Amino acid sequence: MTNLQRNRVVITGLGAITPIGNTLAEYWEGLMMGRNGIGEITFFDASKHACRIAGEVKGFDPHQYLERKEAKRMDRFSQFAVSASKQALADAKLVIDELNAERVGVLIGTGVGGLKVMEDQQEIYLSKGPSRCSPFMIPMMIANMAAGLTAIHTGAKGPNSCTVTACAAGSNAIGDAFRLVQNGYAKVMICGGTEAAVTPLSVAGFASAKALSTRNDPELACRPFDKDRDGFVMGEGAGILILEELEHALARGAKIYGEMVGYGMTCDAYHITSPVPGGQGATRAMELALADGGLKPEDVDYVNAHGTSTPANDVTETHAIKKALGERAKQIVVSSTKSMTGHLLGGSGGIEAVATVMAIAEDRVPPTIHLENPDPECDLDYVPGESRAVPVNVALSNSFGFGGHNVTLAFKKYL
Amino acid sequence: MNQDVFEKVKKIVMEQLEIDDEGKITPEASFANDLNADSLDTVELVMALEEEFDIEIPDEVAEQIDTVGKAVDHISDKVAASA
Repeated sequence: MTNLQRNRVVITGLGAITPIGNTLAEYWEGLMMGRNGIGEITFFDASKHACRIAGEVKGFDPHQYLERKEAKRMDRFSQFAVSASKQALADAKLVIDELNAERVGVLIGTGVGGLKVMEDQQEIYLSKGPSRCSPFMIPMMIANMAAGLTAIHTGAKGPNSCTVTACAAGSNAIGDAFRLVQNGYAKVMICGGTEAAVTPLSVAGFASAKALSTRNDPELACRPFDKDRDGFVMGEGAGILILEELEHALARGAKIYGEMVGYGMTCDAYHITSPVPGGQGATRAMELALADGGLKPEDVDYVNAHGTSTPANDVTETHAIKKALGERAKQIVVSSTKSMTGHLLGGSGGIEAVATVMAIAEDRVPPTIHLENPDPECDLDYVPGESRAVPVNVALSNSFGFGGHNVTLAFKKYL
Repeated sequence: MNQDVFEKVKKIVMEQLEIDDEGKITPEASFANDLNADSLDTVELVMALEEEFDIEIPDEVAEQIDTVGKAVDHISDKVAASA
């Protein structure tokens, strides 16, 4: 099927709950101000951990979006997803009713699902035995529940699924949702990523895998593309997009933020946690997303990088961008919003797609903060320090996950 | 009805089922019909009662306990028997 036969897909609503703001407006303002969302871990005593900092979501009140009893039965990753989805639907002014419910779907990815409830229940199991384990543990923990609960709380009865591709999960969800709308399986998809994995076991596990920064200075730790970077800093939250078939959006007079035009997905087939040196898998993901959208490298204005601040990712991704975009790589802007939010794992693709779409809508790109001494091998314009006004017609968002998953999403100004 | 047990049960039911209105917790109140509890809520509620009163409520008995009053009566009997 060529793009000519496929439906065009536009973005008509955005929602975000992030370490730098709990609404789209606050999140975007934070990105534009270069706000740092990383601080000491407050959720548990991290004093024995190698990494004691994270990008926690601050002041989130699930009861703004959910009844008390409903909220209590959800792990935090689902609370974030349902809340951000409600924000995005309100932003899109889309009412789900009996007439359209079956053509509105949900696809929300997560890296690990409900770790918090699993860790809490494991303690109960060990101290009080199996008969005291909560009947809500399984429905709270399972990774698909963010998508299931979002449907329950919005009434969306169309296609519903969940991607679990580690740190690429949010981007895979948006890409798969894009395909469903393109190919006519849904008119509207509520899609994105969510994560709430700032828990003792998860922080310990990522630290043991040597993935996390151990600098423990919130102002210095997360510094993508800097020569002194030493690992990522975990974040949490959710980013949700409303993808809508163009004609459907036009017919109801919806506000259009931009168009989604391409999706590329590959695997390194190389190592469980390390990217393949040279980044061929990431290069191909970008190339496929461009081809999918009928785009050439010279069309691209901005890349929202995966940019985790790990030694391996940032140099590999830089090589991959240069390989995929050729000469154009030197002329465009690239930034890592993780420098402000931390790494939301499966949630990152969601909030970063939101940032990328906003960059197109506003012709302004978020900065990479904490980038003081660029790695000589990282030699692109990463927009250090301050956001910048730049015309953005076409932008890419990259996400790469443990397992070797590489995903690139391509967005374009709607004209 | 053992008033002491009733007060304790009431507190747990309000907490577990997130009910603010104390007046709704009458002996006749049905967990499913009046207090909006589903099957999973009921399982969790029984666990909480077992914890509070340090008793075991077998599944086949738990299934019969569908009102606040029946819970209070069952617990009162158990507590009296073990005292």
